[in-house]
Amino acid sequence: MNGDGSLERLRREGRIVVVGASLAGLRAAETLREKGFAGSLTMVGDEPHEPYDRPPLSKQVLLGVTTADRTALPRRRDLDATWRLGVAATGLDMAARRVRLADGDEVPYDRLLIATGVRARPWPRPDEAELDGVFVLRTRDDSAALTRRLADGPRRVFVIGAGFTGSEIASACRERGIAVTVAERAAAPLVGALGGVVGAVAAELQREHGVDLRCAVMVTALEGDAAGRVRAAHLSDGSTVETDVVVVSLGATRNTEWLAGSGLGAGPRGIACDAGCRAFDIRGIVTDDIYVAGDVARSPHPLFGYQFLSLEHWGNAVCQAEIAAHNMLSESADRLPHMWVPAFWSSQFGVNIKSVGVPSMGTEILVAQGSLTDRRFVGVYGYQGRVIGAVAFDHARWLPFYQHLIETTAPFPPPFPLVDRRPDGQRPIDADFPDPSLPTHGPTVTLSGYSPADRRMTFTPAH
Amino acid sequence: MTQSPLHQILDYANRANPYPIYEELRRTPVHHDADGPYVVSTYYEIRSLLHDPRISSDARNLASTASDPLAESAEEGNTLPPSFLRLDPPEHDRLRRMTNRPFGPPHSPHRIDGMRGELGDIVSGLIDGIGDPGRIDLVEQFSYPFPVTVICRLLGVPREDEARFHTWADTIAASLDPDPDADPGERGKEANDARMQLGMYLAGLIEERRKHPRDDMLSHLATAEGPDGAMATMELLSTAALLLIAGHETTVNLVTNGMLTLLRNPDVLRRLRAQPGLAVPIVEELLRFEPPVQLLPQRTPLTDIEVQGVTIPKGASLWLVIASGNRDPKRFENPDRFDPDRRDIEHLGFGSGIHSCFGAPLARLEAQLALSELARRLENPRLLEDPPPYRQNAVLRGPRHLPIACDGIRP
Ligand SMILES: Cc1cc2nc3c(=O)[nH]c(=O)nc-3n(C[C@H](O)[C@H](O)[C@H](O)COP(=O)(O)OP(=O)(O)OC[C@H]3O[C@@H](n4cnc5c(N)ncnc54)[C@H](O)[C@@H]3O)c2cc1C
Repeated sequence: MNGDGSLERLRREGRIVVVGASLAGLRAAETLREKGFAGSLTMVGDEPHEPYDRPPLSKQVLLGVTTADRTALPRRRDLDATWRLGVAATGLDMAARRVRLADGDEVPYDRLLIATGVRARPWPRPDEAELDGVFVLRTRDDSAALTRRLADGPRRVFVIGAGFTGSEIASACRERGIAVTVAERAAAPLVGALGGVVGAVAAELQREHGVDLRCAVMVTALEGDAAGRVRAAHLSDGSTVETDVVVVSLGATRNTEWLAGSGLGAGPRGIACDAGCRAFDIRGIVTDDIYVAGDVARSPHPLFGYQFLSLEHWGNAVCQAEIAAHNMLSESADRLPHMWVPAFWSSQFGVNIKSVGVPSMGTEILVAQGSLTDRRFVGVYGYQGRVIGAVAFDHARWLPFYQHLIETTAPFPPPFPLVDRRPDGQRPIDADFPDPSLPTHGPTVTLSGYSPADRRMTFTPAH
Repeated sequence: MTQSPLHQILDYANRANPYPIYEELRRTPVHHDADGPYVVSTYYEIRSLLHDPRISSDARNLASTASDPLAESAEEGNTLPPSFLRLDPPEHDRLRRMTNRPFGPPHSPHRIDGMRGELGDIVSGLIDGIGDPGRIDLVEQFSYPFPVTVICRLLGVPREDEARFHTWADTIAASLDPDPDADPGERGKEANDARMQLGMYLAGLIEERRKHPRDDMLSHLATAEGPDGAMATMELLSTAALLLIAGHETTVNLVTNGMLTLLRNPDVLRRLRAQPGLAVPIVEELLRFEPPVQLLPQRTPLTDIEVQGVTIPKGASLWLVIASGNRDPKRFENPDRFDPDRRDIEHLGFGSGIHSCFGAPLARLEAQLALSELARRLENPRLLEDPPPYRQNAVLRGPRHLPIACDGIRP
């Protein structure tokens, strides 16, 4: 491969296929062209739409500030690609280097980028999930349909799951004056991602905005009327909530089923890849022609003990896509590692929430600036004596500082005075994450701790 | 005799072009002379210090306030309390948030854009009144009266009172210039007196607005009852004084520097004439290239901090030379080139972090309207003096006069 001119040939007349035509796929394709790739580029996407942006779908779109069809991602440059939209990839032949499509076509490649992302986890009982008025929110079509229903003025919306998306939906409903009940299995909203201390703040925020928040309960069943419309939700505490719209926000499932049997190391937890975005096969051997980026990827991060991280973060998708594109066209010595420090934002109930690092790895939290009672603060997460993450509620401008602490493995708790340090923040306290062996729906970061060199690494086949 | 870089920055002889000194300065990202402030001049270091919660803007945290001419020392009874510019959170956040309610999103999202037509009328009026096109002092005839008129309207200060607050504003602005030869105590006292008098003047207006509120910011600030409650009267006076002064002492330089730069780059001026929308990127590049606030001389660490191998001790005076950071070749390609087509332009012209310029949306709009209209209406404009005479101030740097001529003024 190296030094024999094949890389030059690839750049000039190679074939690159990108499966998954969304944020990561688009940014990778743009980067390929930017880096001088002149060969043929094929973009395969199962959605019929050109690449669009998801964060507004649970925010501005639900509020009616914009519409779902106006979320197309801005293009950084002309792509000159063959678009295969509305067609899913259904299989991969690694030996022959071909991607099979749902319409029977096969597309050959010299390099493949997999950016198939995740999809919303549906309500597990199909007959109930199919009731009219039961929604999930992942795609543009989901968002348009839900927005239409909200515009009809439902009496009450019932949200299952108080992760980021569920909380944002509840927030949008309240802002529109719609009654909302949120049911959450954990003790508070956002607990999986940010822990119980911050979760308690989020709970207060919701209640203060008139959300009927029910924590530590499970939804046991959804009930429909004779016409097949949802009319009530039943909870594990024996209560029933009458509702005409249910939004299921139970996190996401990785889109890897199409790779079953291909020999690629793809499973329900995503596709494992190295720090340079190259996919592993099921034997744990890194491939040289298949790359992964975005929500579907799991990659080891040096800053976090080489743990394999799956990040459902916008910024991660962009950065990883750019690195993958660069590496695809580079000699091994010129490849770059994907070392993006995780960062995430959300806005709900008028509060801007931002995090850096991996708060969910933290065991302790220190309210370093501001105060929990004011709901304006920076919480710093500590793990084994070092700073591992930080979250800001309406205090985002300080986060670059904390990112630097994370990047330099600064000691926890930070030993120096800071502006706006309050009595709340004199000592670290238990961050109060739920027992990791108990599942909560969709924390935005999931960790699974096998290093690439770990002999015990096992492959879990797709279900 | 070789002067220390610090003296060179302050030396009036270098006012017209301080950039070579900044270039020199950047070789020592953290510069320190005995007894002097710690001067930081490189982009990434400045940026990270602006986001560093160990850095305070509150003069009370300086080891010795006596040596800080800017200290708005609150001990003496006859002075205004510090404005939010010189406070740390949570007081800073509370006051800035309350001030923002009648000014910007989310509560007043259209305030600034809603002034577009009015601003356009003021610009046209001033250009119409220029008179002899053969000799124009752009500062006196345009770039000073424009922002003053705007800030008066926005706040609800009678434009006729300009003569009264002008002197106070001048004294306060001059006190921002850390002139090493002036007696800091004396200057501090003068500045405090001026702030107090300005405050008393504003107190009168505010009293009046309380009784008869109008749709201006003073009325809103005086009568509003948000979630943070109402501002205490003294806080309100400090805030109003800050807005009045910051609202014009900086924009005048942005507009003047802008026209000067355009006249030195005639191709850009030509493009702007044909395409007024270009004013948007031109103003952004200007904020990088010739920022109206050159340095922020009012920070101090709450603890010893290390920057590029230098320990800046707790309580030391810390200067951030943003105009130098804006020309740091480690951050910007060809930094000394004025290039409105630059895409990657995250400049420090408005600062960054929690103290980033409160009035930025207004300043941007004013400069965009002013420059595109001047470009459109002045026929064949040219500089009569290059460089023009500058103001004394090294912090709020800009020409004192900008003599230009043109062949005529288009309708
Ligand atoms: C409602 C919502 C709000 C969000 N808000 C935020 C936020 O505030 N901040 C933040 O940081 N992140 C947010 N995110 C997350 C962010 O949008 C994702 O991280 C990002 O979209 C990931 O991009 P991706 O390209 O990896 O995956 P995706 O955007 O999921 O794209 C994958 C694409 O591949 C397609 N695909 C799947 N399988 C196949 C196949 N077999 N063949 C062809 N195509 C296939 C999918 O249909 C999809 O179009 C939000 C996400 C959602 C859904």
